[in-house]
Amino acid sequence: MYEFEYHRAKSVDEATSQLSGADDGRFLAGGQTLLAAMKLRLAAPSDIVDLGGIAELRGIRVDGGNLVVGAMTTHNEVAASKDVAKAIPALAHLASDIGDRMVRNMGTIGGSVANNDPAADYPAALLGLGATVVTRDRRIPADDFFTGMYETALQPGELITAISFPIPKRAGYAKFPNPASRYALVGVFVSESGSGVRVAVTGAGPSVFRVPDMEAALKSSFSPESLAKVTVPADDLNTDMHASAAYRAHLVGVMAKRAVTQALGK
Amino acid sequence: MPVKLSLQVNGKAASAQIEPRMLLLDLLREELRLTGAHQGCDTAQCGACTVHLNGKAVKSCNVLALQAQGGEVVTIEGITPADGSLHPMQAAFRDHHGLQCGFCTPGMVMSALDLLNRNPHPTRDQIREELDGNLCRCTGYHNIVSAIEAGAKAMG
Ligand SMILES: Cc1cc2nc3c(=O)[nH]c(=O)nc-3n(C[C@H](O)[C@H](O)[C@H](O)COP(=O)(O)OP(=O)(O)OC[C@H]3O[C@@H](n4cnc5c(N)ncnc54)[C@H](O)[C@@H]3O)c2cc1C
Ligand code: FES
Ligand code: FES
Repeated sequence: MYEFEYHRAKSVDEATSQLSGADDGRFLAGGQTLLAAMKLRLAAPSDIVDLGGIAELRGIRVDGGNLVVGAMTTHNEVAASKDVAKAIPALAHLASDIGDRMVRNMGTIGGSVANNDPAADYPAALLGLGATVVTRDRRIPADDFFTGMYETALQPGELITAISFPIPKRAGYAKFPNPASRYALVGVFVSESGSGVRVAVTGAGPSVFRVPDMEAALKSSFSPESLAKVTVPADDLNTDMHASAAYRAHLVGVMAKRAVTQALGK
Repeated sequence: MPVKLSLQVNGKAASAQIEPRMLLLDLLREELRLTGAHQGCDTAQCGACTVHLNGKAVKSCNVLALQAQGGEVVTIEGITPADGSLHPMQAAFRDHHGLQCGFCTPGMVMSALDLLNRNPHPTRDQIREELDGNLCRCTGYHNIVSAIEAGAKAMG
């Protein structure tokens, strides 16, 4: 790891100004992705702004019809939260299945969303629930946020403060984990709410995406059987040592049915 | 530029002047000479470097020492009684042959204690599930699961 200047911010405003004063600065959340990238010298920031001391970025609250999760809330905090279990149990389930316990004790929702790994779990929840990414300066709908592989709509130096999830009628998440890393080979998040049905897929393509055909089928009847005839083309999906595009396309169907079954509480 | 770090390690105040890029594992092993936490993979896979930070298990190879600023760290050295005898969980690993080379053991024990903090009487399946982040190249895990089960009983 190359040398860097270290800053520990006490507030969102301080973090933002520390970063804007740096040549090539990066925020540090849990460090579970960034530190590995720095060890490999894939990232070599001049400055690190540690968000660990900013109390206003932590915590979970229900605000009207929304569940609001602070950016520095860890995966284990989401998994163990009574508010999450009550409002969106599928989200608690998703968080409890990320990596391993030690990773979940450090890794945060803000870091995961900002990183937008093509196989990460949270992006599926954000897109599958129609969540909003709240930054210091604006609110970005999930539909506009995940713009490509490891790419997001964040501007340089823009700090995520929270994720706001509309509470659905029901939701489910099923993932087929890579047995070594636990990242999603394919993960599918489904939800039904007043504004319709959403189906979001992670792990299969370069970035998380929705499946309109599945959404239409589930809108007419929210059951695993309605997905029987819907297929997902393999054309733009990932092929790697773990799975071919055709296998991933098949898994999308299987995971979607499991997610619906889970949403129905069966 | 070196920065001052102050924290509690195994119940005692510790401080050091360190480079910001120093990992928590290197602080423990190189600066504080606590060599119980092991460096296995250095890529957050194996769990041999597991310690508790503010009461929770973390992989110390994947945490900056400065992320522990003002915090409390407990390592395998911190769980043994002052008289040099073994902690009940360590004793259970010995009694149940839960180690061969022993390289993974400090991490296994620290993960086991983290689990018992939340779930004092886990089932064998829960123990296996919770060991997701700890790899062992020797034992095949069976005796580790038995050791943790017995350690949990011994601890009440
Ligand atoms: C062994 C292992 C297994 C894993 N398995 C999984 C898995 O199964 N599923 C999964 O989804 N993930 C997995 N992960 C990744 C894990 O969830 C990470 O914690 C997460 O991707 C990054 O979160 P972090 O808080 O550690 O962020 P960091 O590593 O600190 O930061 C990541 C990036 O986000 C930026 N950033 C952080 N916070 C903010 C913010 N508030 N605003 C703007 N930018 C910000 C940083 O500058 C950096 O570029 C795994 C990681 C490891 C090491
Ligand atoms: S050395 Fe830290 S997880 Fe392997
Ligand atoms: S006892 Fe040798 S690695 Fe576990």
